[in-house]
Amino acid sequence: MKTLILAEHNGTTLHASAYQAVTAAQSWNTPIDILVTGSNVSAIAQQAALIDGVARVIQIDAEHLAHQLAEDVSQIIANIANEYSVVLAAHSSFSRNILARAAALLDVAMISDVLEIQDSNTYVRAVYAGNIYTTVQSTDRIQLLTVHSSNFGAASAHTQSAEINTVVAPAVQHQTRWLSETRTSSDRPALSTAKIVISGGRSLGSAETFEQVLAPLAARLGAALGATRAAVDAGYAPNDIQVGQTGVTVAPDLYIAVGVSGAVQHTYGMKDSKVVVAINQDPDAPIFQVADYGLVADLFEVIPELTAAI
Amino acid sequence: MKILVAIKRVVDYNIKVHIKPDGSNVETDGVKMSVNPFDENAIEEALKLKEKGIASEVVVVSLGSAANQDVLRHGLAMGADRAVLIESDEELQPLAVAKLLKALVDREQPGLIMLGKQAVDDDAGQTGQMLAALLNYPQATYVSAITINGNEVVATREVDGGTETIGLNLPAVITADLRLNHPRFVKLPNLMMARKKPIETIKAAEFGVDTKPRLQLLKVAEPPARKAGIKVGSVQELLTKLREHEGIQL
Ligand SMILES: Cc1cc2nc3c(=O)[nH]c(=O)nc-3n(C[C@H](O)[C@H](O)[C@H](O)COP(=O)(O)OP(=O)(O)OC[C@H]3O[C@@H](n4cnc5c(N)ncnc54)[C@H](O)[C@@H]3O)c2cc1C
Ligand SMILES: Nc1ncnc2c1ncn2[C@@H]1O[C@H](COP(=O)(O)O)[C@@H](O)[C@H]1O
Repeated sequence: MKTLILAEHNGTTLHASAYQAVTAAQSWNTPIDILVTGSNVSAIAQQAALIDGVARVIQIDAEHLAHQLAEDVSQIIANIANEYSVVLAAHSSFSRNILARAAALLDVAMISDVLEIQDSNTYVRAVYAGNIYTTVQSTDRIQLLTVHSSNFGAASAHTQSAEINTVVAPAVQHQTRWLSETRTSSDRPALSTAKIVISGGRSLGSAETFEQVLAPLAARLGAALGATRAAVDAGYAPNDIQVGQTGVTVAPDLYIAVGVSGAVQHTYGMKDSKVVVAINQDPDAPIFQVADYGLVADLFEVIPELTAAI
Repeated sequence: MKILVAIKRVVDYNIKVHIKPDGSNVETDGVKMSVNPFDENAIEEALKLKEKGIASEVVVVSLGSAANQDVLRHGLAMGADRAVLIESDEELQPLAVAKLLKALVDREQPGLIMLGKQAVDDDAGQTGQMLAALLNYPQATYVSAITINGNEVVATREVDGGTETIGLNLPAVITADLRLNHPRFVKLPNLMMARKKPIETIKAAEFGVDTKPRLQLLKVAEPPARKAGIKVGSVQELLTKLREHEGIQL
């Protein structure tokens, strides 16, 4: 049997998490195929074919797949999955949307956001916003899961290309129309892959101060900006930079939490960071329990000081 | 149009959960339980659509033991018209929940089905998509805004990197994100009134669908603790630690 990976991409390049998904897939020691769906994705398929450990790329290219709607992509997976004993993807809003639908079409369970693959059907995953780790075993004929990318090293790219098979797309599902999108554009590195992340909380007070206080430090450090849900809800930061249980999970080398209280829903998304720094004026703020270095201070004083000192 | 809203009874999100003394699972006895936060957003949105005259009836459904009546009463107190309990004392995993909900949809024929984007206990985030697949309905997950235009629902989804807006033919499945709305507070008189409203109970077994758990729980454990950190007294001390102890180039 074989393992199938659903690759995420943005229409031009493969998402970095695809390399981590390949490492996760190697746990089964079976040939690894990568599925690339979309419109005009041959360059992406070629990129996927260069990942070390990939046996074959399945490229399914059609105009109606440009936005990779769940109805279409889950049907594609269901159509080909019977050749596979494992179907996986890196955990993200993209993969969770599609794979859960595919799981029901295949009548198998899905295991979301796997932290550790213990053997061919046993996994560790977090529940209750990361407060509890469970070990679960799936007896289904197809193991279908998403993996917590930051727990898996990235497979490397090499120069020898795997075979690319082009498969004709099934007919379009007519029930959903893609209308529009907004993408937050930023010169900063992408949040999910940045080496340094600076997150701000509600205490930043407004969208203007959020930028004014944090952007210069982010620029100095080449860091991405993150935010708490409270900051996002208040309109200080865009929704896609929310870190936590219901936002993005990050695991950078350095995470700096600025005026963040440290609710479990937030720490779920950052506690795998290598080094955590917390700056908060409340010495009892829970964020200090997950911080390697805590500075009890007013952020409006120390962030400019820190920026100047770097 | 009828709207069906699936609401899960979960440990209140403010409570720090603990493992049972025998290590078998998370302790839920004697712990405050509530409607899953995202599901409250789903109820709120359904009620808003009713207030706008777009929906004619809002039905809340919960799957689980008889104890789930409390979340259904909460839904009724918020303003739902009817409540259905699909009763089972067995563990119901997302695929089983989706199958039972499909059976209820077949009976109720709602025009719109709303769920939360994820349950804060299992953090699975699967049931809505699974239900949409079983019904062969279109789906919009992680939704932060919806409008209904005739036979179409236009939904804005929160995705990594921004938002996406899609139009779905009705009937459709929507899963709510927290930013969809602010759920209303339940007033005490409404709660008293909701106590008197009947809750229809259907035994899960009556639907005759396969609800066996697909995942076996082998172990529950506390997550590995982060090593204890230290407090530093100044920006300079912080920088010294990061540079010299952690080898971070700043
Ligand atoms: C279902 C659900 C899911 C959720 N998902 C997420 C999620 O994914 N991500 C997330 O972040 N949250 C999430 N939340 C919200 C979470 O519970 C917290 O409410 C939120 O993280 C708090 O954000 P905050 O730290 O910015 O605000 P607050 O809790 O208000 O904390 C502000 C902090 O700033 C400090 N402060 C104030 N002024 C200063 C100053 N001048 N200098 C230094 N420090 C200062 C205060 O001491 C305080 O600790 C979720 C909640 C629910 C119910
Ligand atoms: N036992 C249940 N009863 C009612 N609704 C449920 C149940 N389980 C899941 N749901 C719905 O499905 C959503 C997603 O749950 P999950 O897939 O478990 O994360 C929840 O927010 C609920 O709307």
